[in-house]
Amino acid sequence: MRVFVLLLSLALFGAAKLPAEHAISAAHRSLHFRAVDFDPALREQIGQLGFIAGLSGFRSLVADVLFVRAHVAWERTEWGRVLLLFRQITTLQPRSILFWDMAAWHMAWNASAAALRDSSQPRVALRIKAQREYFQLGKDFLERGIKNNPDRPQLYEALARLYRDKYNDHEHAAEFFEKAAALPGAPSYAKRFAAYELSHCEGRETEAYDRLQRLYAAGEQERLPTLIRRLKDLEIKLDIPLDQRIPNPVP
Amino acid sequence: MSRSGHRPFSLGRIAAITANTFTELTRLKALHILLFFALLLIGNSIFMAQLTFQEEFQVLKDIALGSMSIFTSLLAVVATARLIPQDLEARTLSTILAKPVARVEYLLGKLAGVLLLLALSVIIMSALFFIVLKVREQTVLGETMQQTQAATPDQRAEALSAVRAAAFNVNLLSGIGIMYVKACLLAALTLFVSTFATTTIFTTVSMVFVYFIGHLQSTAREYWLQANSAGWLTKIFLALVALLFPDLQLFNLADDIVAGSAIPLALFLKTAALGFFYAGFYLLLAWTVFYRKEL
Repeated sequence: MRVFVLLLSLALFGAAKLPAEHAISAAHRSLHFRAVDFDPALREQIGQLGFIAGLSGFRSLVADVLFVRAHVAWERTEWGRVLLLFRQITTLQPRSILFWDMAAWHMAWNASAAALRDSSQPRVALRIKAQREYFQLGKDFLERGIKNNPDRPQLYEALARLYRDKYNDHEHAAEFFEKAAALPGAPSYAKRFAAYELSHCEGRETEAYDRLQRLYAAGEQERLPTLIRRLKDLEIKLDIPLDQRIPNPVP
Repeated sequence: MSRSGHRPFSLGRIAAITANTFTELTRLKALHILLFFALLLIGNSIFMAQLTFQEEFQVLKDIALGSMSIFTSLLAVVATARLIPQDLEARTLSTILAKPVARVEYLLGKLAGVLLLLALSVIIMSALFFIVLKVREQTVLGETMQQTQAATPDQRAEALSAVRAAAFNVNLLSGIGIMYVKACLLAALTLFVSTFATTTIFTTVSMVFVYFIGHLQSTAREYWLQANSAGWLTKIFLALVALLFPDLQLFNLADDIVAGSAIPLALFLKTAALGFFYAGFYLLLAWTVFYRKEL
């Protein structure tokens, strides 16, 4: 009888606590906390010990250990292993900007450069193909990182740099620098960089000129050599009347 | 107060049992060793994290907070599991209860003693963690000053503030606070298990299972509550897990804090309140079982 009463009170207690647990879980989800699904796929990825540690609330520690392993794999230029480890790391700790950023950097900058210089592959076309695939992997990391951290500017900025430096895609680079600049905690240069990138986009010169002008008017701190150079280029391109042009910088 | 001068519930008696339990626990060698290992790991985190500064602080904080989390949980279970069996074995329990001490006072005193020990351990571990973090921050600030000698004052200030932001974050305190609440919950639950368990080993092993199941409870609860094609047997099993076990994942905020997330005050308070609600309920259950226990 006593056991029955105990179980009944535990069940009643459970029914009372469920709404509170559900509400706090929902708050966690809205803040993008604990964005990890402990499913068989993750178990296969991180091994049994890692899975148990992750289950017990030590996923950050497991992610750190894997991060150190990824660092060693990078030093040995084992790119496949670096990719695998960073997939595990970012699955375990999707709220860490550093891991996404580092994963994308390894793929789009380091591994892609290594693929292009791969002496074991005599065909240039295949080397370029491999390089492109690594760019794509880097982009994929950053896009997933943004999906997990939509409120933080760093990954938008990293994706903008990737579009600018690896794809030469100024349209997208401008878009992502702009998105980064709109978020709290964004670096002061993000807005400027968005305008620079826009100034390279065909057909959007007037918009870029207006933005650069606004930045120029904001004061001396914004009048950096690149900004002045971009403005001067656009003044010529858009045929701006001489009296409306900015003064030439003093050499 | 009754005619004999005996009060049915006395904070003084609880305080006496608390003080006694706390003194006993602080003399336990096993707990000294546990705390020593925790401090060793926290102290070592400074050497385990020798990459660039951002990674370094993240790894340092992960290791230190992870160690604190595992050792406070372990301490809560190990310290509480032995309380009743040891008093039973040494016949101290009969001596105490033969005096005008209510069983609820005995349980409250015992639990309060453990919570005091946990608070002290968390304070010691946190102090070491913040010292390690500060020492490392000062070193990195010095290195950054040297590296940015040629930079403009603005750039230097930006670099230094980035180092400071990567090091100490006020949210770390919330994370440590919730870690303590989780340990209180585990201590109360262990006390409840120990009221019907026959040995310390049984209580400890049961609590290890509860710990793992508690971390899976949210998965079971969500699967149970959402519409799916699971069979009725699975649903009953999931419902039992969801209703009987606490959701321990709710108390793992340190991972997200280290990753740079801020914990809103409302969420912190709700989580702490839920933790104390759990602890209170498990204490009530412990009393229900202990009240009728034949000694």
